[in-house]
Amino acid sequence: MTIMLERGARQGGRSGTLPRLLAGGRRLGEHRATYGQIPLRRFTGEDGRRMLVRAITDAGLRGRGGAGFPTGRKMASVAAGAKRPVVIANGCESEPASRKDKMLMACAPHLVLDGAVLAAHAVGADRVYLCLERGTSIADRLERELAQRDDPVKIKLVRVPRRYVSSEESALVHLINDGDGRPMAAPPRPFEKGVGGRPTLVDNVETLAHVALIAAYGPDWFREVGTRADPGSTLVTIGGAVARPNVYEIAPGMRIGEVLEAAGGAVEPIGSVLVGGYFGTWVPMPDGWGLPLTHDRTGPLGTSLGAGGIVALPAESCGLAETARVVRYLAEESAQQCGPCMFGLPAIATDLAAVAYGRCDPATRQRLMRRIEQVKGRGACRHPDGATKLATSALTTFAADLETHMDGWTCTGVSRDPILPLPSRQQRDRSWK
Amino acid sequence: MTAPNAEGLRLQVDMIKCVGHASCFELLPERVKLDEWGYPIIETDPLPTNLVAHARRAVAACPTLALRVDGKVARQR
Amino acid sequence: MPDVSLWHVARATGFVSTLLFTATVLLGILGPMRVGTPGWPRFTLAGLHRNISLLAMVLLAAHVVSVAVDTYVPITWLDLFVPFVSAYHPLWMGLGTLSFDIILALLVTSLLRPRINPRFWRVLHWSAYLCWPLALVHGLGIGTDALSGWPLGLSVLCTLAVLAGVGWRVAATLARRRTPSGDARKTTLARLS
Repeated sequence: MTIMLERGARQGGRSGTLPRLLAGGRRLGEHRATYGQIPLRRFTGEDGRRMLVRAITDAGLRGRGGAGFPTGRKMASVAAGAKRPVVIANGCESEPASRKDKMLMACAPHLVLDGAVLAAHAVGADRVYLCLERGTSIADRLERELAQRDDPVKIKLVRVPRRYVSSEESALVHLINDGDGRPMAAPPRPFEKGVGGRPTLVDNVETLAHVALIAAYGPDWFREVGTRADPGSTLVTIGGAVARPNVYEIAPGMRIGEVLEAAGGAVEPIGSVLVGGYFGTWVPMPDGWGLPLTHDRTGPLGTSLGAGGIVALPAESCGLAETARVVRYLAEESAQQCGPCMFGLPAIATDLAAVAYGRCDPATRQRLMRRIEQVKGRGACRHPDGATKLATSALTTFAADLETHMDGWTCTGVSRDPILPLPSRQQRDRSWK
Repeated sequence: MTAPNAEGLRLQVDMIKCVGHASCFELLPERVKLDEWGYPIIETDPLPTNLVAHARRAVAACPTLALRVDGKVARQR
Repeated sequence: MPDVSLWHVARATGFVSTLLFTATVLLGILGPMRVGTPGWPRFTLAGLHRNISLLAMVLLAAHVVSVAVDTYVPITWLDLFVPFVSAYHPLWMGLGTLSFDIILALLVTSLLRPRINPRFWRVLHWSAYLCWPLALVHGLGIGTDALSGWPLGLSVLCTLAVLAGVGWRVAATLARRRTPSGDARKTTLARLS
């Protein structure tokens, strides 16, 4: 069901062979047939652990959950803690524009679990918490697959409320510790003090799958694909006005245009592409066609892959209206713990909707810009940052549309069906437990 | 303009504990402004030496103990 | 020199500390109610709450010491800390002792506030709402001629004031639970300007 890219990265990236992550099997038997046993024997003892962490660091693997933080460095910090660490495998993927983690866990669950076991070994942890959104078939399937395994560390499945911010690392720690899935304030960060007050390594499930591959094939192999600063392969979810919307495994360094072509190309003229999901940026087309995709900020808008959500917006749709919808959703998904997020995001969402539907005056626009500046960075977690970043990006990229709307013209795009996916009410939880 | 304090102490806030009581704004207007919803916008650069004592007083006055004065930066704005 | 006995000291300090603790409770309610004006900012009212409570405690200390030292009534040092074991009006005395114990807990936890669990401090501080009526009833029960004339009148006034304050506080909490949004914040800002 998953379509995989046969070619590697172009300019700036090395060519190697893909697929990597999605080559293995769904069941334990197939998986072991492809990869063999978990290569723990290669990394025994304290020296072995350090070697494994160094291999991950040398490979240059970066987190695939959105932040893109170097995984080896995170592991080293957690391993250096005073108490025995804990590992959290984050498979929640509450981002509506992203399906790659669900796909990965459906297609290669054992690769993820092997990676979790290896990560636990690398940092000296005695247990792994596999966090998945509740009420999905993925959680049930993983439960069955877990039962087939016999791992040296305890792996416990945690069902997480379906709320956007519950997949944040401190929210997962909070849920495990106190049964409350809301983010917590730092300091301390989970890598210092997390589950049970112990240093906690929180890694995205795709990151852990790469850990398993690096342990098996080595850092040099990992670097055969991708760029020097952003090596390896990465999963992206391509949606919107393309012929074959799906999850793809690409190499960082590939350009937006190439990636859209791999998804079958545009089915109608594209006005812009959202890169990085709902905490990402709008890249205008066709100017941005050649922008390389990496986990670092690239290009005039500081675009980065984030968790790999990519949506191609038709030129006929209204980017401001789409953004207003998403910002309203993000405002509703606030944990309601911090004033600027709790009050600021709904106010921004309202003004953005006024702007999108042509019901505004210059004062609204001023107020919108002022509020975005005031709210940014003033929550305990990065939820308001992401929402304001999206709003700012829309106001920049769709500046011409903004002027048209300000003059009282509403574009025809507002009456088109929405392109950016949002979960229905039934797919969202109200509770934090 | 006084020089920044020697230990690099900064005034920082835990926005989850903060309920917008704004005693900090009353006690340290040099470093605290209020947004339109009554929540503090805190200048987190290192405190000038002459304001450290005032900052500590603001910390003690916060009814939810949301403020702290220390050298570690939790996050940049 | 007029004939001032320990009994006079006990009576006077007991009475005045009740008045001061009444003021303390009322000032304490103003904090979460976010009362403040440019002339009386919130940090000042909070400071008054703290300082008046400390003054009240000084008088309370004089009150309990004078009662223990006074040989006219059979109250021992133990009776100051352990409630209901006194040979002298054990019930009324016990209520006072209980109230005194709570005040000691409030004092210690507030002095150690930055160091202890914030939620524990908060829950314990609510016991002030229990402590105040205990003290008042203690005074009415054990006080000589507390149930007539101006002592009674002042006790009634203090009770009415505290009831009004607590009622206001409870009403505000219930209202805040019902409305999800920022009216409280806007009132804060209105009061500041």
